[in-house]
Amino acid sequence: MSDDQSAGADIQKSSDNVSATGGEETQPQAGSVNTPKHDGQDVGGLERSQELTPPPLPPRPRLEVNGRPPTTGAGSFRLSKRASRPQLLSQATTAVSLADVHTQSRADFSSNPSSPASRIVSRKHSLSHFGKFRGNSDSGGDDSASLRSYAPTLDARLDGESLLGDVPEQEATPAWRALSAQLEHDDPFDNVLPDLDLFSLQMQHEFDEVCAVDAEGTNEEQTLGTWKAKLKHFFILSASGKPIYSRHGDDQLISHYIGVAQTIVSFYQGADDPLRSFTAGGTRFVMLSKGPLNLVAVSRLGESEAQLRTQLESLYMQILSTLTLPSMEKMFSARPSTDLRRPLEGTDVLLDGLADGFTRGSPSTLLSALECLRLRKTHRQTINDTLLKVRAPNLLYGLIVAAGRLVSVVRPKKHSLHPGDLHLIFNMLFEAGSIKAGGGENWIPLCLPGFNNTGYLYMYVSFFSTSEGPTNGSDERPSSAGEDDELAVVLISPNKEGFYELRKMRDELVEQLQDNGCMNVIKTAVRKRHAACSDIIPGTALRHFLYKSRGNVQFTMPSFEPYYHGLAARRKLMNLYSSMHESIHLKTAHLKVQHCTAQDAAALAWETPLFELYCVAGPQATKASLAHGANRIVQWIRREEERVFIIGGAVF
Amino acid sequence: MADSSQPSAPKPSSSVKLVLLGEAAVGKSSLVLRFVNNDFQPNKEPTIGAAFLTQKCQLPTRTIKFEIWDTAGQERFASLAPMYYRNAQSALVVYDVTKASSLVKAKHWVAELQRQASPGIVIALVGNKLDLCEDDAEGGDEGEGEGQGEEAGEEAGEGKGEGDDGKVRKVSAKDAKSYADDEHLLFFETSAKTGHNVNDVFTAIANKIPEASLKGPRGGATAGGGTQAAISAGQDSSRVNLNARQGAEGGPKEGCAC
Repeated sequence: MSDDQSAGADIQKSSDNVSATGGEETQPQAGSVNTPKHDGQDVGGLERSQELTPPPLPPRPRLEVNGRPPTTGAGSFRLSKRASRPQLLSQATTAVSLADVHTQSRADFSSNPSSPASRIVSRKHSLSHFGKFRGNSDSGGDDSASLRSYAPTLDARLDGESLLGDVPEQEATPAWRALSAQLEHDDPFDNVLPDLDLFSLQMQHEFDEVCAVDAEGTNEEQTLGTWKAKLKHFFILSASGKPIYSRHGDDQLISHYIGVAQTIVSFYQGADDPLRSFTAGGTRFVMLSKGPLNLVAVSRLGESEAQLRTQLESLYMQILSTLTLPSMEKMFSARPSTDLRRPLEGTDVLLDGLADGFTRGSPSTLLSALECLRLRKTHRQTINDTLLKVRAPNLLYGLIVAAGRLVSVVRPKKHSLHPGDLHLIFNMLFEAGSIKAGGGENWIPLCLPGFNNTGYLYMYVSFFSTSEGPTNGSDERPSSAGEDDELAVVLISPNKEGFYELRKMRDELVEQLQDNGCMNVIKTAVRKRHAACSDIIPGTALRHFLYKSRGNVQFTMPSFEPYYHGLAARRKLMNLYSSMHESIHLKTAHLKVQHCTAQDAAALAWETPLFELYCVAGPQATKASLAHGANRIVQWIRREEERVFIIGGAVF
Repeated sequence: MADSSQPSAPKPSSSVKLVLLGEAAVGKSSLVLRFVNNDFQPNKEPTIGAAFLTQKCQLPTRTIKFEIWDTAGQERFASLAPMYYRNAQSALVVYDVTKASSLVKAKHWVAELQRQASPGIVIALVGNKLDLCEDDAEGGDEGEGEGQGEEAGEEAGEGKGEGDDGKVRKVSAKDAKSYADDEHLLFFETSAKTGHNVNDVFTAIANKIPEASLKGPRGGATAGGGTQAAISAGQDSSRVNLNARQGAEGGPKEGCAC
């Protein structure tokens, strides 16, 4: 709580500092390298960073930890100056031409000795003491893994020995030392989850409602405390500074903060140099301006700027989905002081659903991909054929969704479904309870901004419970709300009057799926839920993984159980995934494989043009076992690709 | 309703389209949920768009299958309302007895329905959330709300029933009733939470639907079997219809509403 207050107080100070640097894009990020931990000092992170950022050269002597065997797990923690932080430490991940890599990075450094470029590199979590994974290796045919990982095939294979083997003396190369030098500085985001117990407690109360301040203001302090204790905030305000949405707290409570945010944002907009993000202590602030709206994310969960920006984009899409872009712009051009809360009335649940999903950490959002229900190829084909057979003339998209996972899609040849749009639909169906809870069928006007942000489509939704016996047409309705095992038929049409047409299609679809047995297949698959990691790969050391197929924009994962039970444990796992995701996707680091170990986990990230794979094992797992597990996953996917992913779907 | 002369005879069945209209958060969906599933969810999330549900209502002489359009109350959905009330034989216009502005909105909906919907549409005006103020006798003069009123009211709604101080009531039953009489509407005060009067609203509507406007999905099949019933139903409904025009409808449960 105390650091929160200091963070709040820092806004003003930080803004001064940012102004000094002209809102340079990389500047706020640089702040995160050297800012002191939130230890009660209320010095703005940026100010500190400017004073303390050392020149990246000359490099420091090689760190003692580099000599340690990577398998000692917790031992490698001593790298960190503060033993308490859950420091991740990665070993260089390739033996392939390290020298090359280092030479190159060194060139980067020396060419921009004091420029932001060096900060970008050093900004990376101190955990990534990474190496490059280069395809054009000249180390012989035996070590062809790196080559293959670039080839458009699933044959890619990680060789645990040669790729992840302990890197010998080369670590002392100058560039490496340059990077190591940064390890000495604390990354405030390393410490965001100081202690699982405290974090569990915080997560537990993260979604509690902040009670309103009563008329006399007697509970104001307490309410404010609760509000500040939240790990994550989202604000949406209009360009003229009117509050539109806040995840926590009512207007009275947030009005000051909205005012401050508005002042900061508009100051830079006035200078035609918009502020994108800054950090204060362990808190990251990210701003997104979209036409007449300003969106602000405030997070103490250690997410990167890019990740928070994606989340803000998604909230913005939700607003467009409710209003459409032209009608929103019309409102603001007619009256810039429009209060958007009224036209958005009732959509708080949808925005909350998205925001809470981000706070809990969802693999789907992290990877910008969807998850499919695992089905046999022939079954999926039968379902696709049935969808095509009963297709209504005015149908645009048809989806069968089970427990948040896609079963099948029917779509026109020239329109594919935008993942962002699907995310909004899934959020509406499964996070906001009103559709599921109401029972019956729904007819919902919505705009799918990824498809077309200027007009409405109409969505027919009908839920079935998969736990009951066979359903019989329109008379059945889900017995209870909040069940995870529900099946939804979603049919989208541009025709406002299309309800009865789509309803008829639903009836025919359900009847045929029952006749050909697919309904039972789907229900069985849903009831099976996710397989445990050890069922997918018997005897593996891996506890969890995420595999994203880039071409299909889909991902698959095993069950979180038994290792990641509960909100906090999952969030921690997601933090690990997101830090790896960030390093893999950093524009300045062409990282293909990353291995890192932490107090409670060892992890491996692997990227090729075909897929992204992130896997996590216990802290004792060796690199070889991680690499072995990763290879087994890739083999498994190759075998099961048409089961775990929808390839194409039903196209008309 | 009282005289069920032919319990075992096959009754003619017909579909009736019913639309719910009213301000956001007055309890439209909760009324439907109570009627259809006999269930209540305390913090129901707002409806998005519209929900379509069906429920059968057994009358002595016939079965009415309600096809219910439960619309979202938010302003931005208002332009879609005609799609739902077009061809509807009945409408439930709902307001919240603890919120005066919701009755104003309800009156707007009544006016729109009378102007635009099918001429013979049966409209019921329903004041919901009666459980928040158990003061049926004289709720009119106590307008001022109190901070703890809502909580206390909810507690009382379950247990005590009568005799509580109904400080939260903002719309008096008398005012609403006289408005409903002027406009020839059915009028009820209900509680979706306790279930009070909910089924009565739908039964009264079903009774008031004129037989002539009914077109059942399998009307041809049942017509032969239930001639007698159809005839008596026809007489019954015409009688009810005449009464309705006088503004003094004779639903048996009418008296207990206000």
